Amino acid sequence: MVEIVLDDEFCPSGQTTAQDLARMQSEKARNLSEKGKAAEALTPYVQAKASGEQSIDLMISGAHCAGCMAKIERETAALPDILLARMNLSTMRLNVQWRGEPAKAGAIVARLEDLGYGAKPFNMELEPLAQRDQATSLLKAMAVAGAATALIMTMSVGIWDGSEMSKVTRQTMHWISAAIAIPTVAYSGQPFFRSAWGALKNKMTNMDVPISLAVILAVSLSIYETIHGNPHAYFDAAVMLLFLLLIGRFLDMRLRQKTGESAQRLAAMQASTASLVKDDGSVMSVPASMIKPGDILLVAAGERIPVDGEIIKGSSDIDTSIATGETLPLASTIGDTLYSGMINLSAPLTIKASAVSSDSFLSEISRLVEAGEQKKSKFVRIADKAARLYVPIVHTLAALTFIGWMLYSGDLRTASLNAIAVLIITCPCALGLAVPAVQVVASGRLFKKGVLIKSGDALERLAKIDTIIFDKTGTLTLGSLQLSNAQNISKDALETAALLSRASRHPVARAVAAAAGSGPVADNIKEVPGQGVEAKIDGKLVKFGAASYVGAKDQADAQTESWLRIGRAKPIRFKFKDTPRMDAKDTITGLIKCGYNVELLTGDKKSMARETAELLGIDIWQAEVSPSDKLARLEELKSQGHKTLMIGDGINDAPALAAAYASASPAGAADVSRAAADIILQGNKMSGVITAVNTAKDAQKRVVENLSLAVIYNMIAVPIAVLGFVNPMIAALAMSGSSMLVTLNALRLKFH
Amino acid sequence: MTSLVYLVPLAIGICIVGLLAFFWTVKSGQYEDPQGDAARMLYSEDKPIVDEDDL
Repeated sequence: MVEIVLDDEFCPSGQTTAQDLARMQSEKARNLSEKGKAAEALTPYVQAKASGEQSIDLMISGAHCAGCMAKIERETAALPDILLARMNLSTMRLNVQWRGEPAKAGAIVARLEDLGYGAKPFNMELEPLAQRDQATSLLKAMAVAGAATALIMTMSVGIWDGSEMSKVTRQTMHWISAAIAIPTVAYSGQPFFRSAWGALKNKMTNMDVPISLAVILAVSLSIYETIHGNPHAYFDAAVMLLFLLLIGRFLDMRLRQKTGESAQRLAAMQASTASLVKDDGSVMSVPASMIKPGDILLVAAGERIPVDGEIIKGSSDIDTSIATGETLPLASTIGDTLYSGMINLSAPLTIKASAVSSDSFLSEISRLVEAGEQKKSKFVRIADKAARLYVPIVHTLAALTFIGWMLYSGDLRTASLNAIAVLIITCPCALGLAVPAVQVVASGRLFKKGVLIKSGDALERLAKIDTIIFDKTGTLTLGSLQLSNAQNISKDALETAALLSRASRHPVARAVAAAAGSGPVADNIKEVPGQGVEAKIDGKLVKFGAASYVGAKDQADAQTESWLRIGRAKPIRFKFKDTPRMDAKDTITGLIKCGYNVELLTGDKKSMARETAELLGIDIWQAEVSPSDKLARLEELKSQGHKTLMIGDGINDAPALAAAYASASPAGAADVSRAAADIILQGNKMSGVITAVNTAKDAQKRVVENLSLAVIYNMIAVPIAVLGFVNPMIAALAMSGSSMLVTLNALRLKFH
Repeated sequence: MTSLVYLVPLAIGICIVGLLAFFWTVKSGQYEDPQGDAARMLYSEDKPIVDEDDL
């Protein structure tokens, strides 16, 4: 259902939250030149048409309803020289066309940002066009089969009744049916014939082999019967079979297309720009995807590292949480390697983009991810399992029927008629719909809740897990610090610390600034990477930072502490802790209540891990684990017979995500992790995990029910067919009846 | 049974017309954005049928 909010100015869901606004404003204030840079980086995405018009596709974030769409279109079109602004609300893409300079794209994005919407260029080359074409051709095949089914069925009903029909009329009706059915089968049957042929060529069988066989035999038999003026023709059955199966195929395709689009959108929203230093020393903004190894890049304080590289100038604090899971930043200097996604916190850096060398951290990660994915691909989907059992049984039955009838009646025609009837009636209509129908309903429900399931088999695996492993930083926590001993710090001390902290991006400084609220900033602040900040306030030197930096006695818990020293006074201790996500505790409690074993594995320091684990009620936890340690723990659990769901966001989690039985990552995760995960949790929520596992379990139940229904149907239908009692009417009724039954059963899936 | 002589071709004709219409809707991208299109008609700005200058 589309919710229509007529007064778009008051669109409740489309409104940017106060938090978003504050974030955007502060970001704007911090980097005024950012906009000009962004405009430059957009230019490569602008496509010029022959008629001199410029066009760009933008991914819009923050738009939720038709009101937003109308606002975006209206406001964009109101800019000068804009020819067309049209937004696709289903895919969140905005196409803008204008006359004039390509650089105008910057003004368009700026206008959208002013309205409160995020806009990122969309790389048209990334679009899976082949998939879209395939979906369209399936849709067309389905429409043709549907129309032909309706037509032939109309005539068949007349034939079935047949009380007043002469033999000649009946034969004419059969000929007309044949004239419709033959081209339809030739057109709509292609997806099945192609797949069956591909399987046979490789000396294998799949579900499409019996389907193709049944359809082709049914049509050939019917043509034979029509020529001889016999009463039964199965044209309706053959075409209906294709129609029902194409519905299942189409649903399956749509599901994959939809998740593919969403995953792509996430990737586009995270694509970053880089400041490239050209040979002549000038700096130019380019999309990060266009950086080549060896390029020299400038990374300002507060910017994300766009590509992997090595520092060649400057030193700074780096937020490495995306790679290592550590909350606290790492002091880095010339020669250190940085990975894309890390954040440069305190000082500008010059880096040299590096190719992925064979011994780097990242190549090690991708090797582990690949190995994990290879293992995972061995998973056999339940539909394929059913097909493996089904195909030989059905074909043996048909062959036995043929032999039996040959022995009994000695009539070749009767024997082949009955054998083909067996093939038609056992044709896996219900089986073809049983699984995709459930999976489409389940992923549709999850999609609405912000949980993105990447594939149908992910849903099947998710239903079987019994252990859940969480990563800490960025998954259970937001990866940002919070002042935890505010009650022990005087207001003056906090305000003094805030004077130094407000200008810095260091997580400790952010925490102090957040605790003190907005206010003034001290002049001439000096930031010493890895140490702290200092400034002269009222003639006194004020230092805020590590214990050694301010000259305080170092304590055991140094990782989560900073010290403030005003002049020569006694240093004041500030303690910090990582903030868990709002719903992390409820999620963990809920999962434990559902009977799952919950564990915490983090690359962060012990003290931080312990605090989070205790706060959230997780009994089993390990700190300072490397990516391969995480893998080892997964293997250990596997050898104990556990099936694990790994949830993580960092680069260091990617191998574990790929190797785990099932995996999930938040939408803000690193690219490798998002690619390796089966499920993506959108929005800043962890509770999607509970929804996902519950829905998966329900879906699995429905799938098993549907397959059982198909088996029961066959147990009734097969004896009738073997004994030769099937006529076209019974075949049509049985097939459509069983298909309807499984589809309706799929719709019974509960909302969670 | 004589009615069949025109009823059957009529049924086939209707079916073909419907199918062609469907193909056209697919080709012209009418299923690309069902959500947006459903709402868009409510937002299109009302314009007088006759230009106000002509009145």
